[in-house]
Amino acid sequence: MYPSRFGYESPKTVEEAVALLDAHAGEAKVLAGGQSLVPMMRLRFAAPEMIVDINGIEGLRYHRVEKDGSIRIGALCRHEDLEADDAVAKAVPTIAAAAPLVADPIVRTRGTFVGSVCHADPQGDWAATMTALGGHIVAQGPKGKRDIPIADFVIGPFQNTLAFNEIAVEAVIPAPKGVRVGNYLKLERRVGDFATASVAVSLDMVGDTVADAGIALAGVGGRTINANAEASALIGKKLTAENIASVAAAVAAAAEPRTDHRGSADYKRQIVKTFVERILLGLLNSSQKAA
Amino acid sequence: MTSLYDEVQAAPGEGVPTRRVTIKVNGDDRTVDVEPRLLLAHLLRQGLKLTGTHTGCDTSNCGACTILFDGRPIKSCTMLAVQADGHSLETVEGLASASELHPIQEGFKEEHGLHCGFCTPGMMLAAKALLDKNDNPTEDEVRWALSGNLCRCTGYQNIVKSVLWAAEKMRAEAK
Amino acid sequence: MALDEIKIGGLGASRRRVEDNRFIRGKGNYVDDIVLPGMLHMELLRSPVAHARIKSIDVSKAYEIPGVRLVLTGEMMAARNLAWMPTLSYDTQAVLATDKVRFQGQEVAAVIADDPYIAKDACQAIVVEYEQLPVIVNPFQAMEAGSEVIRDDKENQPGNKVFDWEIGDKAATDKAFAEADVISKMELHYPRSHPSPMETCGSIADFNRATGKLTVYMTSQAPHIVRAAVAMVAELPEHMIRIVSPDLGGGFGNKVPIYPGYVVSILASILTERPVKWIEDKTGNLISTGFGRDVYLQGEMALRKDGKMLGMRMKTISDHGAFYADAQPSKFKIGLMHSAFAAYDLPAAHLESVGYYTNKAPGGVAYRCSFRVTEAMFFQERMVHAAANDLGMDQAEFRRINLVKDDMFPYRTAFGFLTDSGQYGKCLDIGMKAIGYDTYKAEQAEARSRGKLLGIGISTMTEPLGAGNSREYDILGIKMFDSAELRVHMTGKAILRTGAMNQGQGHQTTWAQIVAHELGIPADDVTVEEGDTDTAPFGMGTYASRSTPVAGAAVAMVARKIRAKARKIAAHLLEVSEEDIEWELGRFYVRSNKERGVTIQDCALAAYSNMPDGMEPGLENNAYYDPPNLTWPFAAYFVKVEVDAETGVWDVLKVVAVDDCGVRINPMVVEGQIMGGLTEAYAMASMQYQTYDEEGNCIGSNYMDYLLPTAWETPGFELHEVVTPCPHHPIGAKGVGECATVAGPAAFVNAVVDALGHLGVRNIDMPMMPNRVYEALTTGKDISGMPPVKMGD
Repeated sequence: MYPSRFGYESPKTVEEAVALLDAHAGEAKVLAGGQSLVPMMRLRFAAPEMIVDINGIEGLRYHRVEKDGSIRIGALCRHEDLEADDAVAKAVPTIAAAAPLVADPIVRTRGTFVGSVCHADPQGDWAATMTALGGHIVAQGPKGKRDIPIADFVIGPFQNTLAFNEIAVEAVIPAPKGVRVGNYLKLERRVGDFATASVAVSLDMVGDTVADAGIALAGVGGRTINANAEASALIGKKLTAENIASVAAAVAAAAEPRTDHRGSADYKRQIVKTFVERILLGLLNSSQKAA
Repeated sequence: MTSLYDEVQAAPGEGVPTRRVTIKVNGDDRTVDVEPRLLLAHLLRQGLKLTGTHTGCDTSNCGACTILFDGRPIKSCTMLAVQADGHSLETVEGLASASELHPIQEGFKEEHGLHCGFCTPGMMLAAKALLDKNDNPTEDEVRWALSGNLCRCTGYQNIVKSVLWAAEKMRAEAK
Repeated sequence: MALDEIKIGGLGASRRRVEDNRFIRGKGNYVDDIVLPGMLHMELLRSPVAHARIKSIDVSKAYEIPGVRLVLTGEMMAARNLAWMPTLSYDTQAVLATDKVRFQGQEVAAVIADDPYIAKDACQAIVVEYEQLPVIVNPFQAMEAGSEVIRDDKENQPGNKVFDWEIGDKAATDKAFAEADVISKMELHYPRSHPSPMETCGSIADFNRATGKLTVYMTSQAPHIVRAAVAMVAELPEHMIRIVSPDLGGGFGNKVPIYPGYVVSILASILTERPVKWIEDKTGNLISTGFGRDVYLQGEMALRKDGKMLGMRMKTISDHGAFYADAQPSKFKIGLMHSAFAAYDLPAAHLESVGYYTNKAPGGVAYRCSFRVTEAMFFQERMVHAAANDLGMDQAEFRRINLVKDDMFPYRTAFGFLTDSGQYGKCLDIGMKAIGYDTYKAEQAEARSRGKLLGIGISTMTEPLGAGNSREYDILGIKMFDSAELRVHMTGKAILRTGAMNQGQGHQTTWAQIVAHELGIPADDVTVEEGDTDTAPFGMGTYASRSTPVAGAAVAMVARKIRAKARKIAAHLLEVSEEDIEWELGRFYVRSNKERGVTIQDCALAAYSNMPDGMEPGLENNAYYDPPNLTWPFAAYFVKVEVDAETGVWDVLKVVAVDDCGVRINPMVVEGQIMGGLTEAYAMASMQYQTYDEEGNCIGSNYMDYLLPTAWETPGFELHEVVTPCPHHPIGAKGVGECATVAGPAAFVNAVVDALGHLGVRNIDMPMMPNRVYEALTTGKDISGMPPVKMGD
């Protein structure tokens, strides 16, 4: 398959890129990893008039764990950069768990974390992870930068709240309130499959008490499902088999799955419930072992 | 060079913008004028006549078009040719030296790692990317590293053996 | 003095493959690699809807795009009497739609342009107005009274039924049922699957007005059939048509039929007088080209309470899509479905088959399958599993009681096939030992006590490979023989050509091994060529595991003709009578004095320099081979799984394959075929299928939704070998390419059903996706996979 015609620019700075977006008034698309955009263009599901390729901009391929434990991920940080990094794994176990499950190993050398969040695919692993972690996106437009909390950023299927002349230049994961633990489970039938259901869980622990909790889901709704309200029932408590079961049931109820060839809505809720339980029981077990 | 498939068009259609790019391919600098929408896989196959890179799907799933881009494996059907400007590419045609095969090529022959040969170039380059980082992978590590590449003929077992064969030879040669 | 056969790459040598030398260097030559001067590019516009009347087609906007040379529609094809073409099953198929579209993805128009990007742009610019019609996506909808008639283009086609067919002895079967102690039933759907080779279909048609010659480079597993078909459809003289199949990126039956794209590219080249290349995209390949399976199978088995099988009633209801385009021998409307139960000593059987048109892609190709044998053996082994359970008998024991014993050959099956050789019990024993069958029941009980669901599945079968003898097997009237042509040059090197068509099987390597075995010419000294109809001798092509049984036999036979002539030359050189000559590998010698001899190479030189008086010079010949019977390989597959009761996810713990395909020409290549086949079996059992929604939208239209397993999911395989030579094949070989794809799926399904057996589950339709397994284990009910797939909130 062959993409439609488009114009192409490869600016050297974010400012130039923003100016190009501004000049093309909504008809331009930013190309970062391109691992979703290019296939969509090949299938002609997408036909932008102008491609603004940001890969030539210096200084966007980074990710760093700050002193306070927060993480900053640049717009050109590839999935494999996160997969390979022990510091990330220690600081945000949910990211470390999700990274190897994004697409396939070849796609991960090119696809980007921030681009994936912007793509806002309801099946997307990173939008769910960001939601569970309560991160935010730093958007840069003609008037400078602004922070957009993830809950206000991914608002629907393939819909984010960037203005047409803004670029998501960075994703930020906030500092933990204690020790951050978590996990990511995805039911896929083969490597690179769309998720039948995915669950991202992140907990900040002070001793054996939950100081903060986030849960988000992919593949079980027309958008990324934010189940942080359901997860918040754990805050201030120790994990127990009982509260785990009750949160798992509440999260499964918050899912909005649709019956399709991957399974019935009920089945997908069952997977969500099972995965939430498995992750939380796993965290409970490992904390007990550590103690 | 021409915009798309130079066998037909001496020059791109009127009013079709092109960009001049210089790409290092298997060690040689190649300068070509390309229309932005030309996929990198098509530039390699048509413009540069390197038909060892195959295209097996439209959706970045099959990995038949896998090449090395600055040393890392990418699916060349999911990149634009213009994006390769200033970068260094390695394709299957660059694996062997004039006189000898790369151990991965030998391994694929020795362990019967191919039947129809269509996925083979992509598999070998994905394997090379793995072995360049890890010269002693486990079977699971090989299976994982090749999980972005589909094969319909072999059942993978002999592909895995081929890569392990190559790893062993490369370790022996490095000593 | 005789040569070491393994050293010269003869029979039994795991000779490394000749073809690899080009593939590992990226120097294969696939259709899309071929570039001809002045070549144009073609793209097809396909129907987005499954069933509609075409009200209008406006191509004017397409012509406005610079670089567009020609736009073809059904109307333009019709003006040249090319809007419809014959199928391989005596039906007709639309080339470009004229009146209606009858499945999603049907070819509606074609654009020929300077490059495929422009052709695609122009396809998008074509405006087609459709008036939608009711859609039928399974045969049960098709058979309903008053349902929309899909093939209203045909005369005498009142409803959607394609055929009614039956075989077997109904009276004897009825009698068996009357005498039965136990009657066991099974009902299932073998889902539609697409062979999906990595390389799609494509062609380059090159019509030369000056010479009148049409050359078509194309992805065909059967180039000679294509030549004949093009001669008939395009009304070109056959000698002016040259079909070249270069390297094929896999086939698996998908590249047997003749597709509209090929035909349109030929007309486009004739009209533009330029070479026209058409390379199908993946979506086009998946939604429009030959599928496999899509059969609903029902049956019941009559049993004696001691476990003896008495009789079998089978019924198949098959979904053929919009055109009956099955690639199969003419005599059999549902392929070799009646090969079911051939491995078992079954006294009576009867099969009723009925086929229907639906609004889905046509096909019914032998997808790594000998014409519906895959469905037959899958049903057989699912039925056997259920029957053993209904009798309360062990799976392996029930098979042992009923499998045909070694001393019963030749054995006439209830449906009339003649099986001729095998050691079924031995294969079963080897497999049971390898999978750890003796400790398994205890292991399963122990696992269940921990909430784990373990299962072992067995599948045993013999299948008919190598169609076939001319009494029974033809396609469109052409008998299914094959041929080989061998020329030995004066220095003892040789070139061999056959009418088969390699697509990964390694013919270049293995055919030379047969020559080495027969003549003692080292395999490295033999060039093998196939695929060019101007040079290769006639053959029916490669599919249905028929190449070794038929073309491979022709290779042995032509080599024997060469040897017979060489013997005369040897007698002349040794100055003795022919009767005094003995042969050992590579050499003739005088019986009374073994030291006095000449090599085959000596004879080759003499054939050009010192032939006996009156002998025609040269050393070359050809052989046509009409096999006396099919070959009957046997396979016993064992799969052990563990099912996660909370998710329905199942993991494969072990796969054991015991194959008896007779004499193995190249053990390495044979094992490669078996592992490839097992992987397709795993794929179909776990994820790979083609389904449709209520509107006839094909769900698996690209690799995002048409799932093929990667190296990560695919299990490892443990292979075992038993050799029972085929009694009628010149080198004792049997077919093998598809055994694992045919018998493998039932082993996987039987394993999962075994794990869930205590819950009352009898059947889960493939693919056993986690959601289906979960539903089965929580409800204890059977799971149907019949389309339309449910969608909704």
